[in-house]
Amino acid sequence: MTSTTTTPRNAAGSVALRGVTKVYGQGEHAVLALDGLSLDVAPGEFVCLVGASGCGKSTLLNLVAGLDRVSGGTIELGDGVDPGLMFQEPALFPWSTVEGNVEVPLKLRGLPRDQRRARVAELLRTVHLSEFGGKRPHQLSGGMRQRVALARTLALDTPVLLMDEPFGALDAMTRDILHDELERIWGERKLTVLFVTHNVREAARLADRIVLLSSRPGRIIYATRVGVPRPRRIDSPEVSAIAAEVTDRLRKEVGRHGQ
Amino acid sequence: MASDTLANPTRSDAEISGLDALEIAGREKGPSRVRRLWSATWPKFAALALAIAIWQAVVLSGWKEPWALPGPGVIFADLGHYLVSSALWEGLATTARRAMVGFSAAVAVGLLLGLGVARVRVLRAALGSMITALQTMPSIAWFPLAILLFQLSEQAIFFVVVLGAAPSVANGVIHGVDYVPPLLVRAGRNLGARGLDLYRYVIAPAALPAIVAGLKQGWAFAWRSLMAGELLVVIATRTSIGAQLTYARELSEAPRLMAIMIVILVVGLLVDSAFGAADKAIRRRWGVLDQAGS
Repeated sequence: MTSTTTTPRNAAGSVALRGVTKVYGQGEHAVLALDGLSLDVAPGEFVCLVGASGCGKSTLLNLVAGLDRVSGGTIELGDGVDPGLMFQEPALFPWSTVEGNVEVPLKLRGLPRDQRRARVAELLRTVHLSEFGGKRPHQLSGGMRQRVALARTLALDTPVLLMDEPFGALDAMTRDILHDELERIWGERKLTVLFVTHNVREAARLADRIVLLSSRPGRIIYATRVGVPRPRRIDSPEVSAIAAEVTDRLRKEVGRHGQ
Repeated sequence: MASDTLANPTRSDAEISGLDALEIAGREKGPSRVRRLWSATWPKFAALALAIAIWQAVVLSGWKEPWALPGPGVIFADLGHYLVSSALWEGLATTARRAMVGFSAAVAVGLLLGLGVARVRVLRAALGSMITALQTMPSIAWFPLAILLFQLSEQAIFFVVVLGAAPSVANGVIHGVDYVPPLLVRAGRNLGARGLDLYRYVIAPAALPAIVAGLKQGWAFAWRSLMAGELLVVIATRTSIGAQLTYARELSEAPRLMAIMIVILVVGLLVDSAFGAADKAIRRRWGVLDQAGS
């Protein structure tokens, strides 16, 4: 909180969680979803949050996205930063074309028409969907829809991307391609990514840092840096070794609830 | 494994577009437009032909006197005369104007009411079930009150048309807003749509199919109420389709009576099919059109 002229209070892409607590319900029926979670994500860092069911992963992303309010603690983002959020479902607007979907955040920001058109074309090129701008979401495959959703989120021009198991519903080959695509776009655009998954291999494939959450309530129980040089392959021995390590910890945590 | 693939795992664009092409192959193209149109229309014509045949058979059986139940030939001949007469077009002009004014008013009331009930909890508690209850009220039962309030005037007709049609429109709006997928609302909010923008970019388009369904049903109620009204509230200076139907009965002109009925049926069907076409166009855009049912 020291304000000097040389270091800005919050770098644009940073995310800082300080003792974040979230309680659902009241009185006897209150459920503690997150319990005093603290996490610093540096600008441009790719952090994967891994945990079993009930660890409050999605709750956490909703809080950071500002769609829900913390019960305690604070969440600090860069000045004027509204993070982009992606879900497991593409959540595209079925009444609109691919171009129309990507255009929505640009319209909401009040960009003039010709600028919007140029931006949409650029974003569709980024996700390799230039030829599909006139299609409707139902005419595309699951992987393509998720790429449209990514382009639409990128249209927000936000440095922080929150992803809630975005590739969970895709087949393995499509998922591999999207890992590569996401890694490329993250690198090109210097994004900060908070990526929730229950797939440990996926986390090891993508993350700079893996954060393991406990279940009911969610707390950070383990964190590790992934030092494997990029670009990576999900089937490389280095990635597998890290995945195995995290999986062991995750199993121990799940086992704790079985007694 | 080969170390060169490990060192350079980035995929070629061809691989991505190849997978895209494989995944969406066979998703498009159905039978041709003409073929679909034909397969949708011929059963209708066949059913119509059958109905006319049965009608003719009943007439030939001598069940009723020919002056009470004329055969199809007599009636279609009279319909031909009626279609080129000024009586029809003057009557139709009056009726169409009333239909438009009445239905527009019903839509305005229905939209406002529906939006209010969908958004304001107190209004929902107060009016929600009453709107559905209103729908079950046969519109003709409103007329005695309407005539008492407005005498034999067009206002009496509009009063009943609005009461008949507005609840359906309102229910369409309520249903549409209630069932907007919450995920789309979250996505919209995250993309920066708040307040009125959320309605413009997410809730209104998402609710549109249900609203159109409400309009379609509302039209059916409006048309029925209007016909009931024109039968009862006959204004001597203004000829309308319903008034002509009443006159035809009073003068025992069975062919004219049935010709007018056919006109009423056809007008109702035409407007209904316009709403049907709008509904289908929306569902096609959304990709929820049932292929077998089209």
